[in-house]
Amino acid sequence: MNRFAKQILPFCSLIFIISLWTFLEPDNFLTMQNLMNVLRRSSINGIIAAGMTYVIITSGIDLSVGSMLAMCGMIGSVAMLKFSGASWAQVTGGNYVELGTAAMIMGTLVGIAAGALCGFGNGMLITRLKLAPFIVTLGTMSIFRGASYLMNDGKPFAVSDYAWLDIGTIIGIPSSVVLLILILALAGFILKYTPFGRYVYAIGSNVETAFHAGINVRNSIVIVYTMIGAFVGMAAMITTSRASSAQPSAGLALELDIIAAVIIGGCSPAGGKGTMIGTIIGTLLISFLRNGLTLMDISTNVQLVVIGAIIVLAVAADQIATKREA
Amino acid sequence: MSENHSYLRMEQITKTFGPVTALKDVTFSARPGQVHALCGENGAGKSTLMKVLAGVYRPDNGRILIDEKEVSFMHPGQALNVGISILYQELDLAEDLTVYENIFLGKEIKSSIPFVINRKAMISQTQKLCKQYGFDIDPMSQIRHLTTGQCQIVELLKALMQNAKIIVMDEPTSSLSESESKRLFEIIRELRQKNLTIIYISHRMEEVKLLADQISVLRDGETVGSGPSSEMDIHKVIRLMVGRELNEYYPPREPKIGSVFFEAEKLASDEGINDITFNVRRGEIVGIAGLVGAGRTEVARAIFGIKPLTAGSIKIDGKTIKIKKPSDAVRNRIAFLTEDRKRSGLCLNLPCSWNMTLPNYRTIGMKTLLNLRKEEKLCQTYGEKVSVRWIRPSSPANSLSGGNQQKLLIGRWLMADSDFLIFDEPTRGIDIGAKKEVFILLNELAAEGKAILIISSELQELLGICDRILVMRRGRIAGNLEATKTTQEKIMHLAALEK
Repeated sequence: MNRFAKQILPFCSLIFIISLWTFLEPDNFLTMQNLMNVLRRSSINGIIAAGMTYVIITSGIDLSVGSMLAMCGMIGSVAMLKFSGASWAQVTGGNYVELGTAAMIMGTLVGIAAGALCGFGNGMLITRLKLAPFIVTLGTMSIFRGASYLMNDGKPFAVSDYAWLDIGTIIGIPSSVVLLILILALAGFILKYTPFGRYVYAIGSNVETAFHAGINVRNSIVIVYTMIGAFVGMAAMITTSRASSAQPSAGLALELDIIAAVIIGGCSPAGGKGTMIGTIIGTLLISFLRNGLTLMDISTNVQLVVIGAIIVLAVAADQIATKREA
Repeated sequence: MSENHSYLRMEQITKTFGPVTALKDVTFSARPGQVHALCGENGAGKSTLMKVLAGVYRPDNGRILIDEKEVSFMHPGQALNVGISILYQELDLAEDLTVYENIFLGKEIKSSIPFVINRKAMISQTQKLCKQYGFDIDPMSQIRHLTTGQCQIVELLKALMQNAKIIVMDEPTSSLSESESKRLFEIIRELRQKNLTIIYISHRMEEVKLLADQISVLRDGETVGSGPSSEMDIHKVIRLMVGRELNEYYPPREPKIGSVFFEAEKLASDEGINDITFNVRRGEIVGIAGLVGAGRTEVARAIFGIKPLTAGSIKIDGKTIKIKKPSDAVRNRIAFLTEDRKRSGLCLNLPCSWNMTLPNYRTIGMKTLLNLRKEEKLCQTYGEKVSVRWIRPSSPANSLSGGNQQKLLIGRWLMADSDFLIFDEPTRGIDIGAKKEVFILLNELAAEGKAILIISSELQELLGICDRILVMRRGRIAGNLEATKTTQEKIMHLAALEK
């Protein structure tokens, strides 16, 4: 397998999956509504995957995104409820509270800021204490999840009026999809057209070289983790809007899908390799895969097995191709 | 015949690595009860020869005889079995295990119960061996609690336990204190009394004189002299080590030396350099000579902020500047071409162009946004300047040969428009043609009024291109010589001899 085949493989797989589902489920799959649905569902994964692309290119990993998503949703919702003047009893009680527009905007921003702060914390632990990203985020994964359950004793926060992010549209396109496109475009642009993007690649490719070239390695890594945190905050608010409530169990095992999408898209866990286009393809591939399997009434349990197998296959293909090159 | 009986004889050993000939028809012999010193400059082939002996490398040609019987080793284990042991510069012990566990690692004495080892037997055997050679070491202590000198004794015990008859010591004193070195010399003499063969590799002439019965000198992979130490005085050995004519591939230097540009005053860092004071003037090429471990690269690392200074100050153009990390150095227009381009110079899987511009976005006016087309053009321009041969600027750096990778990095620092350039071993691992091009480039840079500092292990190279040469020994500057008024012998004396 040469380099070209390696780059084109995810794209071909995506075409293959779409063709396969079109053939197997002609009535349900290729409808505008279903496709929009897939895109809407992809928005949460896609936004986080944009951040994960940066993380994995620096040869790091962020396992905490799933539980961070739950916690940010909870924090954003509480802020929203309090800004609307709800008492603590109303906030925790789960009853209907009317939300003001300004309060919803403020709450959304608080959710995003909470994510950025969590990511900043991850980044500081990794760079200042020189801990492995895998260990740090494994730890914070548990911390964030626990905190989410503690916040309302395991119960969700209800925000019934917070719907625009999910069902609202901008020129006919669902707002979450617009957000997804904006974030992917921005993240892709920074990665390709700014010195910071180059620093991210250099750190993942050879951290010693990056340091010798005068790159502030520690700060760059902190920025990368803060960025994925902010993206998780954004995705958390979309999730909250979709469920009309912030669930402490939201985003369970979400990191699996995200990491899978990024790796399938051509990022190497060894670092220094990957593109935003690849991540988009990887995300769509997983979304379509899940969608098709759901349409065919195949259980989520089987879906887990299939996705896991695909990750291993993608990484194996990458390894084999790298060996051939060498 | 019995008079000339050699325990070990290596005959006409030749070893090549790709196009490089590391050893050429080397003949070497050593007798029991003798310390045979093997001398030579960095890269003369001493270690390669010993690795051939230890079965790490297979020679392309030649044979090894032990007690007049030809042997051939496919792997190091076989050399160990006939009694050849090498104590490498870097010690190779398991830190968390005890002395006796290390000595018996992989060769544990089994007890009568399957899968169970006989600790008692191993400990008592270690004790017995220590007693026999008069070593004072507790078999039960953990390696991490021992000093470097003691660790070396453990390595020695390991070799003796495996019944070593020929022991090779590669720069054994490089990490020892003076008193530990003295103790080691006593041990070496004891081993000689016990009729072992000792092959002793060292740069340090006074040690060689102190210990050796026989001295052989290698240069450029060939034996250039061998004889009993009574016939080989230090000056002769040094002359043999360096004795080369300056080749004509150095471009003529017509230095136009200006005012003092870079000043280092009493620099010190945690990497063992002390009291480093020197300056470099505009248009001047200054070299740093010294043996491996003398602290040459460490000076560069301190100036460039990789291992920040613990004392001293740096001035550029008369102004004191603070450098705490490489980005400070880059901002002050200092360039550092690393000696290890794979480890700290290049991002091998990234495009050549990215590698070239990596520290330079500010300089080329792309501080916030990249202009990919302009970047490619710039890389083409600088690529031509240093005549790097790449398929195209976007091909990955690992698709280039070593020489071209080096030129790529020189191009990087040219693009940085640095005023003070430090080149650490700029010609390491590149062929003669590429070397010549590098020298011409250095000359041109100096002619433009830049200040240049070159670190090199090749003395003739320094003499060929530098105006002034600093000689380092044990972390300090031992001499500051005009290149035109000095010789390789003088430099070697300063680098290798204690005062």
